Amino acid sequence: MSTMTDPPKADFRLSMLINDTRYRSLTFQVIAAIVIALSIWYLGNNLIQNLRAAGLNISYSFLGDPSGYDINQRLIEYDSQSSHGRAAVVGILNTLLVAFLACITATVFGVIAGVLRLSNNWLVSKLMAVYVEIFRNIPVLIWIIIIFTIMTAVLPGPREFRGENPTSSMLFDLFAFTNRGVYIPRPEFANGLFGATFLNWLLVIAVLVGSWFATREIEKRASLKQEQTGERPKTGLVKLAVWLVPFALLMVLMGLTWEVPALKGFNFSGGIKVGGPLIALWFALSIYTGAFIAENVRAGIQAISKGQTEAAAALGLRPGRIMNLVILPQALRVIIPPLISQYLNITKNSSLAIAVGYADITATLGGITLNQTGRAIECVLLLMLFYLTASLLISMAMNIYNASVKLKER
Amino acid sequence: MADQTTNPIAFVADGTIPPSPPPANQTGIIKWLRENLFSGVANTILTVLSILLIYVLLKNTLPWILNGVWNADSLAQCREILDGKTGACFAVLTERWHQLIYGFKYPDDAYWRPNLAFLLMLVAVAPVLFFDLPRKLLLFTAVYPFVAFWLIWGGTILVPIVALLGCVAAAVVFQKFGKNSFAAGFFGGIVVALVVWNVGGALIPDDANEGALLSAVPSRDLGGFMLNLMLGVTCVSLSLPLGIALALGRQSDMPLIKWVCVIFIEFIRGVPLITLLFVASVMLAYFFPPDSTVDLFLRVVIMITMFSAAYIAEVIRGGLAALPRGQYEAADSLGLDYPQAMRLIILPQALKISIPGIVNVAVGLFKDTTLVSVISMFDLVGMIRGPILASTEWNGVYWELLGFAALLFFVVCYGISQYSQWLERRLATDHH
Amino acid sequence: MKKSVILGVATVAGLAAGAAAAGTVDDVKARGKLNCGVTTGLVGFAAPDANGEWQGFDVSLCRAVAAAVLGDASAVEFVPTTGKTRFTALASGEIDMLARNTTWTFSRDVDLKFEFVGVNYYDGQGFMVPKALGVSSAKELDGATVCIQTGTTTELNLADFFRSNNISYEPVPIETNAEAQQQYLAGACDVYTTDASGLAATRATFENPGDHVLLPEIISKEPLGPLVRHGDHEWGDVVRWTLNALVSAEELGVTSANIDEMAAGTDNPEVNRLLGTEGTLGEMLGLDADWAMKAIKSGGNYGEVFAKNIGEETPIGLARGLNAQWTDGGLLYSPPFR
Repeated sequence: MSTMTDPPKADFRLSMLINDTRYRSLTFQVIAAIVIALSIWYLGNNLIQNLRAAGLNISYSFLGDPSGYDINQRLIEYDSQSSHGRAAVVGILNTLLVAFLACITATVFGVIAGVLRLSNNWLVSKLMAVYVEIFRNIPVLIWIIIIFTIMTAVLPGPREFRGENPTSSMLFDLFAFTNRGVYIPRPEFANGLFGATFLNWLLVIAVLVGSWFATREIEKRASLKQEQTGERPKTGLVKLAVWLVPFALLMVLMGLTWEVPALKGFNFSGGIKVGGPLIALWFALSIYTGAFIAENVRAGIQAISKGQTEAAAALGLRPGRIMNLVILPQALRVIIPPLISQYLNITKNSSLAIAVGYADITATLGGITLNQTGRAIECVLLLMLFYLTASLLISMAMNIYNASVKLKER
Repeated sequence: MADQTTNPIAFVADGTIPPSPPPANQTGIIKWLRENLFSGVANTILTVLSILLIYVLLKNTLPWILNGVWNADSLAQCREILDGKTGACFAVLTERWHQLIYGFKYPDDAYWRPNLAFLLMLVAVAPVLFFDLPRKLLLFTAVYPFVAFWLIWGGTILVPIVALLGCVAAAVVFQKFGKNSFAAGFFGGIVVALVVWNVGGALIPDDANEGALLSAVPSRDLGGFMLNLMLGVTCVSLSLPLGIALALGRQSDMPLIKWVCVIFIEFIRGVPLITLLFVASVMLAYFFPPDSTVDLFLRVVIMITMFSAAYIAEVIRGGLAALPRGQYEAADSLGLDYPQAMRLIILPQALKISIPGIVNVAVGLFKDTTLVSVISMFDLVGMIRGPILASTEWNGVYWELLGFAALLFFVVCYGISQYSQWLERRLATDHH
Repeated sequence: MKKSVILGVATVAGLAAGAAAAGTVDDVKARGKLNCGVTTGLVGFAAPDANGEWQGFDVSLCRAVAAAVLGDASAVEFVPTTGKTRFTALASGEIDMLARNTTWTFSRDVDLKFEFVGVNYYDGQGFMVPKALGVSSAKELDGATVCIQTGTTTELNLADFFRSNNISYEPVPIETNAEAQQQYLAGACDVYTTDASGLAATRATFENPGDHVLLPEIISKEPLGPLVRHGDHEWGDVVRWTLNALVSAEELGVTSANIDEMAAGTDNPEVNRLLGTEGTLGEMLGLDADWAMKAIKSGGNYGEVFAKNIGEETPIGLARGLNAQWTDGGLLYSPPFR
């Protein structure tokens, strides 16, 4: 259009609104705007009339009222006197927790299954194909229920650990696997350097980060030396020492002890408890999504041309190193975009937590709070707002990462 | 033997040695085993681990399945028959199979109706799925929704006829005016259809359902696996046109339309289906006119359709983006306007590329229809978690029921995904 | 019936229904069906049997109301609702009445704008524990894991009870009764808590019911009753007095067996008024004169309904307890029919 000269100015006629390309898009947009405005007005009007007829109103003040119910899995302080709003926050943190854990393990499952599916080993590759097909073709809700049922049925209840001849016993006397959850020892510092526990943990993390930087420095020096002399000094032992010695020293200094879970009353107490619903949901989401990721990984690896493998083999690399050094880094670029949508799926599928009694946001705000207050519209709107925000944030973060691993073309 | 001693040369081969079979470890099953299962230490370990895994799985499930009891009235009776042995109680399936498939309210003497509708569906989708079939069959595909509606819901035949008439009238109007102006034909068609539906709807007497050829079944009485299939099929087919419209809208030059489509798609894709189902079950009722109530089935269909339309739109957008720019330019240079270019050049190609993606969305959606069990609809999972497990007879039968549900879904979804793979191979060769 | 213009053919197809705003009684009569909200399945109260017929205590009330209004006890459309959907279903007009063992509380009555028309079952929240645990009182449950069926007032009562007794517990909220029961039996929780009637019903289905005990503490008042939308008093009256008719019938000795005989006329004027042979009570409600007779005939009087669905002869085996007539030391007390 831009190259043509404008047609001679004619008087504006009404038919030009539809026939003239200059006005047509404007006409359509005005019509669309009117239609949209009308439908919003219509729906809104219906809503107002219905609410008035039912004598209800839209109000979010219930979020400040005491919730009155307890939540078994909470990352922040919460009891039945806390507000509905706080219960929602507990739910949000639980959703994020299970989504985060499931993303990690699903990736691990997916990469292992995807790589093994291309293995030369006939049995293993067929086994992986069966895994992928079975999990991809059965609804995740059924998987969540099945895995939760398996967990409750197969693992022993705490009462089987009791008595003279218990039918179950703890693993190494340290770990207890029950159908209420898994209890693991909790590290504690008898004479921590700080009063607050989390400051002590911060110190531990700081030491570990320091060791990481130190090993990187050692690596760098070794590479420098290799370039100068052609011989790479052995750094394995030094690196190990850099990792272990400061850490061990710190642990001795702070007096590390383990609080071992023990059977007390109805339940195990002490140690860290990873609740049964969390484990069931976590495992179900990871193994289900793992099957999808396995397919993405397989497609990604197969997208790398055979020549790459052959070239690497010609250089004398062993199969394991070909995979790690040549294939996977390239395949990653193909794999990451679908991986992002799998992570989003995990976050969204975690809303099925209600099937196993895990207190995520759908179970607190969209479940008990909604039931107790009867504020359906408000709760569902808040619920959707949360998932929308979470999805947008995850895809934003992953897109930034995706851009950073993209092929840099010069 | 005498020559032997006279000949100065110790040995001369006077013929070719007959080919001997390859060594035992280089042939047949042993070679295959060596190459495919035990080619190295790591592989051997993997193989042994796999065999162990399979053994453990079979050891735990086989006796359970083989010992299964197929005839009993209740779980207690099953336990009596098994007498302490491990074994499944498949009797729940033989006794309740009709509830699992059709829901607990669908009249038993009418089971042939959904069955027939299902068979006809296979005929109706065949020309869409396999391009080699005669195109005439598409006519049946177009009529099928109305036939299926009548078969499943029953009641007066006037309803589907009026609905069909509305669609036919719209098509006629579109044929007539669509040649000159796509917009006029399109919107004219919608208006005509609405008029026909409303006039027709008003003409049908309220008691038309009484004495109808097929007894009317309220949609609340639909259930079981049939409900999953119906939701899946209805929502996917309804969401296809909506998805195409959204995909085109998202590529539009008109900013308003583009942004409306973008917001809609991203909003729907950002929230889990279950929240949309909550909307259908607890919120949507407030958005309809105050003096009317809309069936839960219809509300759920609306929400699931919106959900799958957003995903299908993204798949089709990928298809549109994959078309070479030259196709758009060629269409422009022929002087085709936008609707013509889309209808004749762009969409046929883009849709063909997107079919595998659309099939994947359809499989995912079909699996997600199980979520309706959370909002008190008795689909397959809802039947299991609700009425069957709550009944005194079958309280405690989990594995058999869940396994049955898993098997049904696996068969259908695996079938569809095999089709999708076949199609992908088929489409890949088409380009040569 | 007013057909909505927008919904066109869907209205006729039965996918959408127009409801005139005049009043629920007229709507129900025009429709020829009563839409009654029930649970998705609780044996004894409302659950479909093997033939897909809804059976139970709450179901009988729905049938009685349908019989009173429409003269046909089978003219009921049962709408299964969850704890989440029940109030919206009622508020939006999808159902005409809710008989889904719903506890009558202040906020539901006042804030959510519903009208509880009476109590058809006096319940209370109880605890069930395995006998092997050796627990004899709920106060000994310090540190126990408790399975709760969500969607009721149960969570709140539980939190209040443990808080006021200053003992700790760990809640495991479960969606359906069947799953909660499976968790409890597998030992994933020590205690199962829900309404005492529900506990008895659940225990009845166990392989060895004798291995489980119900603790003596009843930690809440759970008056369960039918409810309707706020503001439609004619309809509220119909449901309320149908319930009262069933209760009065038991008190007056009217049963489904002798009702035809009694309808011919008795010496007791209250029976005559109830059965419509004397006075114009039916007319005042806008119903036929023999409305109460039809309601009682649909499933018997309160006592018969109780005995048939949840009484001691049934697997659920509930005693009348608080739900006996006031003359027998219970709480059932119908206002007089005059």
